[in-house]
Amino acid sequence: MMLSRVAERIYWTGRYLERVANTARLISIYETLLFDLPKTVELSWYNLIIINDLQETFGERYSVRSERNVVKFLLGDDDNSSSLINSLKAARENVRTTRDVVPEEAWEMICELTIYVQDNLEQGINRRSRHEFLEDVIKGCLQINGLLFSTMPHVASWEFFQIGYNLERADMTVRYLEAGLTGILELADDDYAVNSQQVIWGSVLRSLNATQYYLRTTRSPVKGHEVMPYLLNDPAFPKSIAYCIKSIVKSCHCLPRSEPLIEHMGKIEKKLNVKMDFVNPGDELLNFLNQLQILITSSHFVVSDIWFPSD
Amino acid sequence: MSPDLNKPIAWNDYALGDFYDELISSPGHARKPAKKLFSYLKSLNSEDISSRINAAELAIREMGISFTVYTDEGNIDRAWPFDIIPRVIDKKQWDKTDAGLKQRLQALNMFIDDLYNDQKIIKDGIIPEYVLKQSSNYRKECEGMSPPFGVWANICGTDLVRDSDGDFYVLEDNLRVPSGVSYMLENRSIMKRVLPEVFEKVDIAPVGDYPSRLFEMLTSLSPRKIKKPVIVVLTPGIFNSAYFEHAFLAQKMGAELVEGSDLVVQDDDCLYMKTITGLERVDVMYRRIDDLFLDPEVFNKDSVLGVPGLMRAWKAGNLALANAPGAGVADDKVVYAYVPAIIKYYLDEDPLISNVETFLCYEEKQRQHVLANLDKLVIKPANESGGYGMLIGPHSTQKERDKFAQLIKANPRNYIAQPTLSLSTAPTFIGRHNNPEPRHLDLRPFVLQGKSSYVTTGGLTRVAMVKGSLVVNSSQGGGSKDTWIVDTSTEGKS
Repeated sequence: MMLSRVAERIYWTGRYLERVANTARLISIYETLLFDLPKTVELSWYNLIIINDLQETFGERYSVRSERNVVKFLLGDDDNSSSLINSLKAARENVRTTRDVVPEEAWEMICELTIYVQDNLEQGINRRSRHEFLEDVIKGCLQINGLLFSTMPHVASWEFFQIGYNLERADMTVRYLEAGLTGILELADDDYAVNSQQVIWGSVLRSLNATQYYLRTTRSPVKGHEVMPYLLNDPAFPKSIAYCIKSIVKSCHCLPRSEPLIEHMGKIEKKLNVKMDFVNPGDELLNFLNQLQILITSSHFVVSDIWFPSD
Repeated sequence: MSPDLNKPIAWNDYALGDFYDELISSPGHARKPAKKLFSYLKSLNSEDISSRINAAELAIREMGISFTVYTDEGNIDRAWPFDIIPRVIDKKQWDKTDAGLKQRLQALNMFIDDLYNDQKIIKDGIIPEYVLKQSSNYRKECEGMSPPFGVWANICGTDLVRDSDGDFYVLEDNLRVPSGVSYMLENRSIMKRVLPEVFEKVDIAPVGDYPSRLFEMLTSLSPRKIKKPVIVVLTPGIFNSAYFEHAFLAQKMGAELVEGSDLVVQDDDCLYMKTITGLERVDVMYRRIDDLFLDPEVFNKDSVLGVPGLMRAWKAGNLALANAPGAGVADDKVVYAYVPAIIKYYLDEDPLISNVETFLCYEEKQRQHVLANLDKLVIKPANESGGYGMLIGPHSTQKERDKFAQLIKANPRNYIAQPTLSLSTAPTFIGRHNNPEPRHLDLRPFVLQGKSSYVTTGGLTRVAMVKGSLVVNSSQGGGSKDTWIVDTSTEGKS
């Protein structure tokens, strides 16, 4: 038995928790990426704003696109609804309002994490202590995921949590691929290009914790034409889009009235199976990723139409 | 380390007032049930105390124990205010109080059932008719109903105070939607984290079975006699000041926490909730919203908190509501004055717990007495809760007294007066130097009645944190303490 409203809140808990972890990971990886790129490459912190489609809100708050402003905006800005602190507060609010369904300890853990982030936000904004702060946030999220995974009965509430975080993941993965490809296409055709490509794809992999398993699975060095298909279609890697979609379909089979969502996931799978030229990437591929992203984003409305309260 | 912190706490300097102190009987000496606690507290220096206080504050933040305060700037979530020195009551005294609370609620329920049916108590001239005629919480819509076991108020939070004679008195019967029980339970969990050593030494009665007792009681009300009736807790919503408690109780009972928009009454006069599979029937509702918001078809037309048709479902006998609509008729300070008579009338017993002396402004003679003594009395509106709309005579200005004189004359039925009480005190750590100072407190035990009755072991102790103040409400700066019922009969002579 599961209230529609509770289903919605649990779904958002999954999405927001995943968003918190992703934001933390993205910032911590980006730093190392910038260190490794040759100075000729014009990649800036502002790209993080672009990846997350936040240009407008950022523009309203800051005029200077500096590292400090970008990080501050992404971590602790009250006006940025998807800043780390706001995502975490939203996750906490969703847990607070579903306490009858989530494990008791989840509430305490998310309170602890929120307190930690509120008390130490400045550490995250300061470069010297940033890494440690972000690592702690990621660990906090993993801890909560682990708690839910090991204690929550795998009934409807669990499936909604899964659908939430798998959608968020798929969404992130396709955004990172788009960002990576945009960076590659903007590279000047010079001696540094090959090296820069490797640096960029390498950081996309790292942003998704994918490097190690990419290497083991593809037995290939970091090359765009291997990285992209891996992150799109690998059947076993938890952050590949194909895997996220497969997981959502699996959840659908445990839930009532799920046919429209299964159908929608079918569309995404079909898109993933389109043969693309990854060796000589160009605008066509970028366009493909863009369409894929639109399909993934619109999944939310399908979920909402089926299960969530209409008012 | 500053030398200050190593200093023992100056317990001998604890300033006992002219009040009954819950822990300390005379300077440096504890009452019998608090002896072991006291000797433990004496072994702690200022630094130990600080670290215990900090641990309690951290536990409260991490456990997310909060309450919401409504302000002009919006709602603020505040951490639950808590003092680490428990309030201790001897089990022998508590057993008597326990029986008295059950007796009182039984009589009140018989009274409510009578009011909505035969009104014998009025016909027999025990209660004057005006009390009912001018009652703001009497619901005509409930006439002729008789809920399961004839019980209307299944959950009651009675406010007790201890006067300087050391006896408990009932200050208020809260029969509508009393809150605080979750804080009673959380206070105990905090205490176990903060002073685990004492629990090994003292025989403290556990408090944890309240949610399962509540669940059993609610189950017994189900109109469908099925093994697992569907039980829900109705909350006004996630921004309500008591939302923490609603969620807490739903979780501890394994019941669904619902909002009005989750529910619908269909043409079959049954209540359903909207789930991901469709509609599911509800058998019992523990409602945490006031009568007037329950059903826009019957009461407040603009209410979006309730469910249209809820009263139809209840009257058709397809849904149990706890507390039943209309139960608040007995939650009236004029009725309160008659409770000893009510107990006598229905049970033919003398009340085991006394009332506080009460003057009814509706009665000519008593009103004259009240108006002549406004500066000495506490004036209370008959149907408010939360400590609002009161005049505390000795602390009032002439202007305030004039205002209340007007109010009383304009609507005498709506006011009662009581002497100011000498509320008992207990040592409470105040300020940065951790000096224990006496602070006034009350006690809210929770009483359940269905087929049988149950009283929490102890209850929620609320403390007025401001020196000399008698206002214990958390919305107005009150704090709280864990409440220990200690059995001294099992202890050896020590």
